[in-house]
Amino acid sequence: MVGKERREAREPVTRREFLAKTATGMVLGAVSLGVLNRNPAYAAGTMAAPVVGPDSRATAVKEWPVKSDWENKIRRLEQDLERALGKPVEQRKWGMVIDLRRCVGCRACTVACKAENHLPPGVVYRPVMEEERGTYPEVQRQFLPRPCMHCEKPPCVAVCPVKATYKRPDGIVAIDYNRCIGCRYCLAACPYGARSFDSGRFYTQDTPLLEPYESEPALEYGKQWPRQKGRSPIGNARKCTFCLHRLQTGQLPACVTTCLGGATCFGDLNDPRSMVREWLAREGLMRLKEELGTEPQVYYLT
Amino acid sequence: MKKISWIITIAALLVGAIGVYHYLVFGEQAAGYSSAVPWGLGVATYMLASGLSAGVYLITSLVYICSVKELEPFRRVGLVAALSALLAALVAIGLDLGHLGRAWRVFISPNPHSPMAWMVWLYTIYLLLLILQLYFDSRGDSSPAPDAGTTEIPGDKRPGRYLAIIGVLVALAFSGGLGALLGVVQARPYWSNPLLPVMFLVAALASGSALLTFIVGVVNPGQHAEETGRAINLLARIVVGLLVFYLLFELVEMLLGSYYLSPSHALPYQLILTGPNWWIFWIVHLVVGALIPVLLLVRSNITAKTAGWAGFLITLGFLGVRYNIVVPGLLAPPFPALPAAYSEPGLVYTYVPTQSEWLVVLFVLALGAFIFKLGIEYLPFNRRPDRVVTPPARHVKTGADLSR
Repeated sequence: MVGKERREAREPVTRREFLAKTATGMVLGAVSLGVLNRNPAYAAGTMAAPVVGPDSRATAVKEWPVKSDWENKIRRLEQDLERALGKPVEQRKWGMVIDLRRCVGCRACTVACKAENHLPPGVVYRPVMEEERGTYPEVQRQFLPRPCMHCEKPPCVAVCPVKATYKRPDGIVAIDYNRCIGCRYCLAACPYGARSFDSGRFYTQDTPLLEPYESEPALEYGKQWPRQKGRSPIGNARKCTFCLHRLQTGQLPACVTTCLGGATCFGDLNDPRSMVREWLAREGLMRLKEELGTEPQVYYLT
Repeated sequence: MKKISWIITIAALLVGAIGVYHYLVFGEQAAGYSSAVPWGLGVATYMLASGLSAGVYLITSLVYICSVKELEPFRRVGLVAALSALLAALVAIGLDLGHLGRAWRVFISPNPHSPMAWMVWLYTIYLLLLILQLYFDSRGDSSPAPDAGTTEIPGDKRPGRYLAIIGVLVALAFSGGLGALLGVVQARPYWSNPLLPVMFLVAALASGSALLTFIVGVVNPGQHAEETGRAINLLARIVVGLLVFYLLFELVEMLLGSYYLSPSHALPYQLILTGPNWWIFWIVHLVVGALIPVLLLVRSNITAKTAGWAGFLITLGFLGVRYNIVVPGLLAPPFPALPAAYSEPGLVYTYVPTQSEWLVVLFVLALGAFIFKLGIEYLPFNRRPDRVVTPPARHVKTGADLSR
C-alpha cells in the first residue's frame, strides 16, 4: 500500500515571510475594496466558517465592486436559508430549482461537490449531463446537472433492508453511514442513477504518497469521515445530501454558491417568501421522470 | 472416483480462496461491479445457488409429502444438497456485501418494506428447518423402507412431515421472493415484470431438479442401481418438463421484449441477443444448458450417468440465465447522456467480471460441493443394510460406495 511519509517541500521563501506578505496584501486589498464600495469589508477568503447570527453572511462571499445579479441572488438565498433555519426542522422542506437556460455547463458544481465531500474515484454526486442538438451552424448545447432528487417517495428508502437510508423530516434523503451494509440495492433502485458506491479507491493510490486532500475526513452529515479501509464511507452507498453539514452551519450547498451562471436556486419550499418558491412559479417547470411517481424535490426550468 | 472428486473439490476450494483473499486485501476494488453497474457475477451466483437450494428442496419434499416411491431413497441426499446450496448462496452474497460485519442489522432493524429484508428472514427460517429435518432424519428413519421398519422411532414421522410442509411454503416464498426482489424495482423496466417471481420459481425448480439428477446419476451416494434407475427415469421427465416450461416463459419474454423501443426497455434484450456477450444466451444457456441435455434426456435408453451429466449441464446453463437477468438490467443507463457526463473508473456502464470475481465464484461452488460431500459422508443417517440386486443392463453402476 501507499506509504504516508511526508514529502519534502522546497520553499523559496520562508513560510513566515510568505504568510506575512500574503496577510498584508489581503488586508490592504480588502480595505481598498471596502473604501471603493463604502461597505464594511469582509475577509476575502471564502473558507472561513461563518458566524451564524442575525447580521451574519452565511457564506463568506467575496465583495464585488459593483453589486452583480449573481451576488444579489446569493445574498437573497442566504437570507432565505437563515429564515428557514429559524423554524423547527419538520417545518422546513428543502428543495432545488435549476434553471437550464442559465447553466453554461462549466462543471463547477460537480467539482465543488467533489472537493466539499472529498469524493473518491467512482463517486460523483452531481454530474452535468450534456446534449448537443442540430448540426453546425444551427446547433445548440443543453446542459443538465443531476444531483440527488430527494424524492418525496424515494425508491431507495423503500428497498433498503436495514433502514440505513431514510427520509428526514426536512425532506432530505440521508444515509446512516454506520448502518449501511453495502448491498447496493438502493443503487439498483434509484431511477436517476444518483447513488454511488464507494469501493475504496483513491486518486493517488498508485503514487508514493496519498495526498492529504484525499485522506482528510469529509464532513458529511455533520460528522468526520476519514476514509480508511473497512470503515465507512468505504463500502457504503453514497449520495448528494444537499450539503446537510453546510446547511446546519448556515451555509448554502457548495454547488449553489459555486454556480457562476446563477442557475441553481436552493431553499425552503414551505416558505412562500423564498426565492425557490418564486422560481417554482415560473414557466417551463419540469421534473425528471415525472411518470415514475417519485416526486423529486429538484425542479428544472427549461 | 471418490478420491478424485475429493481432490478436485479441495483444489477448487483452495484456488477459489485466492479470490476471497483478493477481496479481503483489496476490498471492493477487486470486483468488477461499480457505482454504475452495482451488481454482477457475485449476485448471479448467489441467485443460482439460492434457486438450486429451493429447487432441490421442493422436489425432494414434495415427493416426501406425496409419497412418491421412486425418489424416496434420495430424500436425505436432497436435504443435504439443499443445505449446502443454501450455505453457498449465503457465502456468495455475504462476500458481495460492502459491510458483511453489519449484516446482523437485518435482524435488529429490518425494513419490512424491503424484499431483501424478507429474503434474509426467510433464509433464516429455512436454514433452521433444514437443520431440524436433518436432525430428525439422522435420529431415525422417518419414512421407513418397506423392507426394514425396525429403526423407526415412534412419533418420528410426524415432525418430519410437518417440517416438510412448512419448508415447502418457505422455499416457495423465497424462490419467488428473489424474483420479487428484482420485480419491485420500477427504475429497471427489464426487471419490473410481475411474472418475474413465477419465472424465478420455475427456474429454481428446473435447475434444482437438474442438480438432483446429477447427484442421483453421477454422485450416486451408495444407492443401488435399481433405485437409481427408477429415480432417474422419473427425474429425467421432470427436468425436461420444467426446463421446457421455463424456455416457454423466456420465449414469450423475448418476443415481447423485441417490440420495446425505449432504450431502458429495449437495450437489455438487444444486449442479451446480439450484444458482446451474445454467447451467454445462445451458447451457454440454449446450447449447453438446454439443447444438448434435453436431447440426451429424451432418449429412451439413457444411462444414469449420462442423465446425471445432462443435469449438470442444465445446472451450469442456469448460471448464464441468472447472469442475463441480473447484469443486462443494470447496463441500461438511467439517462442516455449520463455515462458521458462524468468519466471515471467505477462510473462506466459496462461490466466485465474480474479474475477475482471468477475465483470467488469457483470458491462458492466448490464450498457447496465440499459441504455436500461432508454431509453425505459424515451425517449419521441410518443406512439400510445392502441388499444384493442385479442391476438392469442398461444402467451403469457407479463405483461410489460410501459404506466405509
